[in-house]
Amino acid sequence: MAIGETIRNSQIWKSIFRHPMPLDRRNRIVVMLTNFFLHLHPVSIKKQGIALSFTWCMGGVTFFLFMVETVTGVLLMFYYRPTLEWAYNDILALRDVTSLGILRELHRWGAHAMVITTWLHMYRVFLTGSYKPPREFNWVIGVILLLLTLLLSFTGYLLPWDQLAIWAITVGSNMARATPFLGYEGPGQQLLTIGGIDMITDASDARFGLLGARFVGEETLNRFYVLHCIAIPLAVALLLAIHFWRVRKDGGISGPL
Amino acid sequence: MHSDPFFLRDTSGFLGGYYTLIALVNGVFAFLLWRRQGSVGWAVFWTVFAGAMMVLASLAMSASPAWVPALPDSVRSLVNALSGPVVYSLGTVALFTVLFVFRRFFVRPMVAWSILNGALVLLGLAMADQNFALIVMKPDNVPIVGLVFLLAFFTWVATKQAVVNDDRIARGEPPMEKLADEKVLVWPDLVYTELICMVAVSAFLLVWAICLPAPLEEPASSVKTPNPSKAPWYFLGLQEMLVYFDPWYAGVVLPSLVVFGLMAMPYLDYNKAGNGYYSIAERKFAYLTYQFGFLVLWITLIILGTFLRGPNWNFYGPFEYWTPYKVEVLNNVDLNQMFWVNWLDQPLPRAVSGAPWYSQLGTIFLREAPGLVALGLYLVVLPPLLAVTVFRGMFAKMGFIRYMIMANLMLLMLSLPLKMALRWTMNLRYIVSIPEISLNF
Repeated sequence: MAIGETIRNSQIWKSIFRHPMPLDRRNRIVVMLTNFFLHLHPVSIKKQGIALSFTWCMGGVTFFLFMVETVTGVLLMFYYRPTLEWAYNDILALRDVTSLGILRELHRWGAHAMVITTWLHMYRVFLTGSYKPPREFNWVIGVILLLLTLLLSFTGYLLPWDQLAIWAITVGSNMARATPFLGYEGPGQQLLTIGGIDMITDASDARFGLLGARFVGEETLNRFYVLHCIAIPLAVALLLAIHFWRVRKDGGISGPL
Repeated sequence: MHSDPFFLRDTSGFLGGYYTLIALVNGVFAFLLWRRQGSVGWAVFWTVFAGAMMVLASLAMSASPAWVPALPDSVRSLVNALSGPVVYSLGTVALFTVLFVFRRFFVRPMVAWSILNGALVLLGLAMADQNFALIVMKPDNVPIVGLVFLLAFFTWVATKQAVVNDDRIARGEPPMEKLADEKVLVWPDLVYTELICMVAVSAFLLVWAICLPAPLEEPASSVKTPNPSKAPWYFLGLQEMLVYFDPWYAGVVLPSLVVFGLMAMPYLDYNKAGNGYYSIAERKFAYLTYQFGFLVLWITLIILGTFLRGPNWNFYGPFEYWTPYKVEVLNNVDLNQMFWVNWLDQPLPRAVSGAPWYSQLGTIFLREAPGLVALGLYLVVLPPLLAVTVFRGMFAKMGFIRYMIMANLMLLMLSLPLKMALRWTMNLRYIVSIPEISLNF
């Protein structure tokens, strides 16, 4: 025990952890206030607010899955090249050749699980009426996060560049072709003509904006890759921070008044 | 049908493990019942059930067509023959109605446990069918099977607590959540729960990743269109709506309305009760609306779109082979056709070619008059009518704008089941059809 004691009394240890071990009441409070990762939490909380039968822990699990996706995703990015030449072959190699190719399984199943846990979290929040004042706006942020989760999953679906991927994205993005006024097969686009020239064509409509091309091709792969790895995760991270901050500011985990 | 001679050999190991797992869980359950609850009768019952599951497991492991437990052919053909979009949709609505009305019965632990075991055994028996297994065990479809069981479980958890709370509130007592009102320190109480959850989720994900390889099909080819072409599973409810609506509505407007409606919900729900605890009686309208939208429309359509829609988006029974040669007769008729041709027995109003634009516009309005009047009645006349009748109390509390948004969102949500019903009963294709500007509704 002497070594442990020496380490915990050393200058290095004390510079990292600015408090003794959280063994007594005082230090259990201090640890929540001085640790960056713990300071998201309050110091104390109503007992019912952390009962599993009440929260199902689904918000927490969703956040954890987001972190799993981030870590496995970054590792996969070292390996995978989003080009027509390499995308499929890199995934193939992850399956057949590469050590730790299981990262792809973790990433894919984690993504499916995250969609499910997001729905379940939302279901729980609805069933406990936790969207009611003063938490209305945090519910709105939650809905945006739900949408971004689906978009993250959707953009990632294309990256393996197999038949499953491009046809799922083709079917999904064909909807954008029918956007009212802005899709070239959508209602009302015929009205947007100037001097007999159509403003909305298959090279300028909403679907083109989504795909970067008239069909799902290399431009789409690049576009979805950037959306999947950079743009949407950044937006999610920002909104998550606000979501958590608002949980605290709106009175913590909900409970009967 | 093409049958794989090695199907049973390849599946029997899985099925054996599956039944063994059910047996194991029931064994533990029986043990807990006996030790903690002292209910010997039930403990014996579930022990016997666990034993029966072990028998099924060993039969499944035999990998012989004569022994592997499966549904009889007659039952499978009957299910295939009976199932169709109408039976499926009405069946799910009926199921949810029964579950809701008799929720006091279904939340009893033994009832719920029996239903769970029944469902698991049925799934096991069904998975011995090659066509069923092919669809359900497709790697990307496995999460949906999990989702169904998770949703059933969590709906049970929530309903069970809501029933207790509703009784307490009726007696004038506070909800259960109020009882554990004292504060505890986040370290250790919450931090440790989070840690355990993280470990459990990691372990679960690792097992899943090891057992089930991620799908990888042939390299992408823009000339080889698979049949059926399906969107990712979480969008299959939207794809299923394409049967009833054009893409601009099913794929763009309705999903946008879903997102908008969800965001608007906290501002539309004026009911202060039921904040922070499970309850149904105190917020029946909000509860039923959400359950209808989420469970009945969103989830069951995903299941339909994933498991029961095959080539050409035709409907296939759960044990039916997905032959691409199945032909379904499409004899859907537009409302303008029904009104002018079938009922009034005259041709569709048509403008003379080269007529001025206002005459063409007038003709379109005349041709679509029945549909436009119907839509107008539905979206413009119905909300005020409801405001002075069934929703009188709501209208008074919500005010004009909030009420109108709520009523319109509600009616647009119901446009889906209504259009389904019209399709099934009258073969109606479009209520309003203006191909001149690609507007079909």
